[in-house]
Amino acid sequence: MAKKTYIQAITDALDIVLEDDPKTLIFGEDVGKNGGVFRTTQGLQEKYGENRVFDTPLAESGILGLATGLGLTGWRPIPEIQFMGFSLEAVDQIIGQEARMRFRFDGLKTAPVTIRTPYGGGTHTAEMHADNLENIFASTPGLRVVMPSNPYDAKGLLISSVENNDPVLFMENLKLYRSMKDDIPDGKYTVPLDKANVAREGNDITIVAYGAEVNEALKVADDLAKKNISVEVIDLRTVSPIDTDTIFKSIEKTHKVVIVQEAQKIAGVGAQVASAIAEDAVLSLDAPIGRVAAPNSVYPFALGEDIWIPRAKEIEEKVNEILNY
Amino acid sequence: MANKPIVDFEALKNNLSNVSKPIQVLNEKAEITDQEVFDSFSDDDLVEFMKKMVWERALHEQTMNFSRQGRMGFYAPTEGEEASEMGTVLAMKKNDYLLPAYRDVPQLIQHGATVTQAYLWSRGHVAGNKFEARSMMPQIIIGAAYDEAAGVAMGLKKNGEDAIAFTYTGDGGTSQGDSYEGMNFAGAFKVPALFIVQNNGFAISTPRAKQTSAPTLAQKAVAAGIPSIQVDGMDILACYAVAKAAREYITAGNGPVMIETLTYRFGAHSSAGDDPKRYRTKAEEQPWFDKDPLIRLRKVLEDKGLWSEEQEDKLVDEYKASFKEAIKEADAVPEDKVSDMLKRTFEIPTPEMKKEIAKFEAKESK
Ligand SMILES: Cc1ncc(C[n+]2csc(CCOP(=O)(O)OP(=O)(O)O)c2C)c(N)n1
Ligand SMILES: [Mg+2]
Repeated sequence: MAKKTYIQAITDALDIVLEDDPKTLIFGEDVGKNGGVFRTTQGLQEKYGENRVFDTPLAESGILGLATGLGLTGWRPIPEIQFMGFSLEAVDQIIGQEARMRFRFDGLKTAPVTIRTPYGGGTHTAEMHADNLENIFASTPGLRVVMPSNPYDAKGLLISSVENNDPVLFMENLKLYRSMKDDIPDGKYTVPLDKANVAREGNDITIVAYGAEVNEALKVADDLAKKNISVEVIDLRTVSPIDTDTIFKSIEKTHKVVIVQEAQKIAGVGAQVASAIAEDAVLSLDAPIGRVAAPNSVYPFALGEDIWIPRAKEIEEKVNEILNY
Repeated sequence: MANKPIVDFEALKNNLSNVSKPIQVLNEKAEITDQEVFDSFSDDDLVEFMKKMVWERALHEQTMNFSRQGRMGFYAPTEGEEASEMGTVLAMKKNDYLLPAYRDVPQLIQHGATVTQAYLWSRGHVAGNKFEARSMMPQIIIGAAYDEAAGVAMGLKKNGEDAIAFTYTGDGGTSQGDSYEGMNFAGAFKVPALFIVQNNGFAISTPRAKQTSAPTLAQKAVAAGIPSIQVDGMDILACYAVAKAAREYITAGNGPVMIETLTYRFGAHSSAGDDPKRYRTKAEEQPWFDKDPLIRLRKVLEDKGLWSEEQEDKLVDEYKASFKEAIKEADAVPEDKVSDMLKRTFEIPTPEMKKEIAKFEAKESK
């Protein structure tokens, strides 16, 4: 057990999967000698050699095509896309090829690929570095989308992702990379890819969140606890699939729900959660579904983020509104 | 100021057109233009090449017939491209990995899929892709196969196999960024891949001249540091000899090669109602019909007394009978089920999907 950052937890997981399975390969832009622009792959090339951990030419579609082809020939690729905005260059390989592989071949050929990529606002990056693009990928059959909210989950979910025989998009939150530390058990452990986590138990209202917003929701829960309001916080952990059972169970108890996302409101994960509740659990509620999401404008990069991303304040306002409905 | 410009760009541009002539063994009058290569083939080899082209032509004719009867899904005609397709694929070894485009169904069958599977693939039935052959299914997304070929080639190299990746695209396909990315990755990693461009003159209706100002498509490999060559794509002996030599060069550990075959699509782009009359004239087509790859090899074989019309007719009948059997077999395969479509989306069904599967199974069992 040691205190580790989100980045260190990920490096730890990568070290374990490289050690455990000689078929795993890590590659991408600057992941070798440089250890990645965030040092997530630091030391891995030194330890496992250039055959297992290597730099690629600068082309995301090429990187993902490499992964597809390596998967077809018996390898277990873990490509990195340096920033998630650049994944748009590789959309065909991810959505058009890898996500369809098992379906096409009825499992005779597969794409056991884990794509790691950083995303998420709050660190004032350049344009197209921080956008929350999970909605594009979460609507893709055959692809899992994982969005850990803390270092402990990051390690366990990453190991599960690599061990899974289907493609997984593993989204690493930029804001959390260095701002959080958890006690991380040494060695291997896994966190399931289809189970939400009840991050805080409570009775009065449920907040459903994922990624960095889970930590904002927990701040709100702390604050409201002082006023004797008991908030349950559900961390989705994976946005494809979405564990609706855990959500339904919670709202049966609280009868109220606020769904939080950092992404724009339009056609996203929160809308999917709201629709699932409306379809199958609406009678559990005694107030409208509350939603907190970013405005439907283009993502404003750098300092523009500060007036745009919804955080604890906006969540607390919405929770109070739903509580007082 | 000096009058002479610091760089003579026009001269640099003109230099790009200094390329060697396409490789050829038999010209369109069936004259041998490379005796040494020609002599490397036995009579049996020559007959075998002819049989393969007759087979592909028969496959094309019979399949288009099925298509007109409404018995096929999407299918891409191959008439005219027999030398390019059979010549290159015959250089493949069983362990080599094929990444075909949609027009490369004949190569996929040569590499181990059955005609029945090809027909099922065309109909969108999953049973069509359940071949043991080392191959992707025909790739619809133009360019994707080139990226994937680099990965397959790297995988084969890491496995320590004596095998290479063979992949195909068209003249239009060379304009896709992915085509360059795939070749560039393969070159940078020095992995065993053979990139084949079947330049049949058109991308649906868009002529080759509108794709690029590059004088040849083979040149597109130059920027990736890959050796490349143009081949007479209506000459099966040249196509085979070049593909075989490329495979030898690649398996010796020298990295990838690109081949551009100069060929022609005699008919429509696809079975889905393309009409070439909208974008090319008979006068433009005729010189290419005269280059028919079957005509030139047939003449050589007949001169040698190795081939006759009766023999060819008999073969065509046999082949077509086998395709009729194949489509009967395809007809007999039970229809796919929605519950099975859901089941093969993930190895481990998601909780939501388990409910969906149960719902469809209940419906299907009624
Ligand atoms: C990425 C992509 N863009 C467009 C198409 C539609 N399309 C199918 S075939 C074709 C022409 C391709 O021409 P070429 O590469 O020369 O191959 P050919 O059909 O001549 O064999 C087009 C535009 C496609 N399948 N994939
Ligand atoms: Mg073409």
